[in-house]
Amino acid sequence: MKRTRFYGCHQQLGGRMIEFFGWEMPVEFQGIIEEHLAVRQKAGLFDVSHMGEIIIQGKDALNFVQYLTPNDAGRLAVNQVQYTALTTPRGTFVDDLLVYCLAQDKFLLVVNAANSNKDYAWILSQKGSFDVEVDNASDRFSQLALQGPKAAEILQPLTDIDLGVMKPFWASWARVAGVEALVSRTGYTGEDGFEIYTLSPEPAVIWNEIIKRGEEFGLLPVGLGARDTLRLEAKLMLYGNDIDETTTVLEADLKWIIKFKKGDFLGKEALSKQLEEGLKRKIVGFEVVERGIPRPHYPVFVHGNKTGEVTSGTHSPFLKKSIGLTYLPIEYTEAGTEIEVGIRNRRVKGVVVPTPFYKRPDKIA
Amino acid sequence: MYPTDFFYSKDHEWVKIEGDEAIIGITDFAQKQLGDVVYVELPPVGTELDVHQTIGVVESVKAVSDIYSPVAGRVIAVNENLNDSPEMLNSDPHGKGWIIRLKIKDKADTEKLMTATDYEKFLEGIEP
Repeated sequence: MKRTRFYGCHQQLGGRMIEFFGWEMPVEFQGIIEEHLAVRQKAGLFDVSHMGEIIIQGKDALNFVQYLTPNDAGRLAVNQVQYTALTTPRGTFVDDLLVYCLAQDKFLLVVNAANSNKDYAWILSQKGSFDVEVDNASDRFSQLALQGPKAAEILQPLTDIDLGVMKPFWASWARVAGVEALVSRTGYTGEDGFEIYTLSPEPAVIWNEIIKRGEEFGLLPVGLGARDTLRLEAKLMLYGNDIDETTTVLEADLKWIIKFKKGDFLGKEALSKQLEEGLKRKIVGFEVVERGIPRPHYPVFVHGNKTGEVTSGTHSPFLKKSIGLTYLPIEYTEAGTEIEVGIRNRRVKGVVVPTPFYKRPDKIA
Repeated sequence: MYPTDFFYSKDHEWVKIEGDEAIIGITDFAQKQLGDVVYVELPPVGTELDVHQTIGVVESVKAVSDIYSPVAGRVIAVNENLNDSPEMLNSDPHGKGWIIRLKIKDKADTEKLMTATDYEKFLEGIEP
């Protein structure tokens, strides 16, 4: 099993380690609920070094990224970040990812841990005559996520850049705890916060300094358990659960990342056609209104007929409700539609609700 | 740590015998492994349970676990408080977090279970 460069830090803090796609990662430290609430109310620090990093550079870098992804990378200024997808010609997901414009001819793609080798192979297979170099830098990068309403206050004294002027989905090279890093105002929790990437072979000092500085703010180290419940409350997709090579970008309700007017890209034709013909199914959020917790793969029914499965589901620590995602035939996707979830030998009632389940309160200036 | 008047199963349930009744719960080790318990599914009173039959289900945020009955008998009470306060399984697994009370069929069932000393030794073999 692979270990991140923060493995020693997790051991020191009593992190409970599990295997996650070949990585030995902390699933929890103090407890999922406590960690979850710390991120919503104060701050949390995550080791997400298992994420993959692929660099595309060269004369045709922009054109190649444009071809691989449906969002418009042409709109990115240097240091700007975008959520997008790697799409198949069928308009389905090879992966979902963040694209960082590091320079006009250099892009950093941050991809899911489980997919980094697959994505790298996919990107190479699509390279054709594009004049680019593709580098799978996943093993060289470490990545932390500092998330929560107190994130900026905690990080500011540890870095030489002004976080006050950094807008969401922007990045900057910086020194963090004396270590050179790329800092972006991004995350996977629905909260304000930062992701910190570094190529330093010894980045533990960043983790340690943030933990130390965060203590008085109530910051906790956070494992993969709360990372999952946080992202689900914010209805952020999890590859392999909610999206994969069988679900299209439109079905995943991510039309906003498709820019049909930008030029050609993989999946464009299929997605235009699907849009024209009308969607047959779409992902929706639901709440269970009876007792029971929906889990991935539990069957979902409407009017007694099976419509699909729960793709993600959990007890929501912040909302204290059972929530989940599922794909429903388009005629049942309206909020208020009653569904049933098969939980063991019972069927419990649920209802389609507007998403995200959780939206952070607007910042008061 | 583990009460000496309880019996323990390899599935990490405990049994306390009171006359011809048994109180059953999950051990402190089990609750730690599960993490924050957020849901408990209990059987109806009157259910007849065989040895190792599923009593119900305990769910943490992350995991779903069956609980098995270490002894046979008829369910005469369930801990209804767990419906509203499943976290009692974490905070007091050997006390307020009890799960069911059975009328025991055969007290000899406990002979196959572990004493506290045996159980602690058993845990040494699994705990990292």
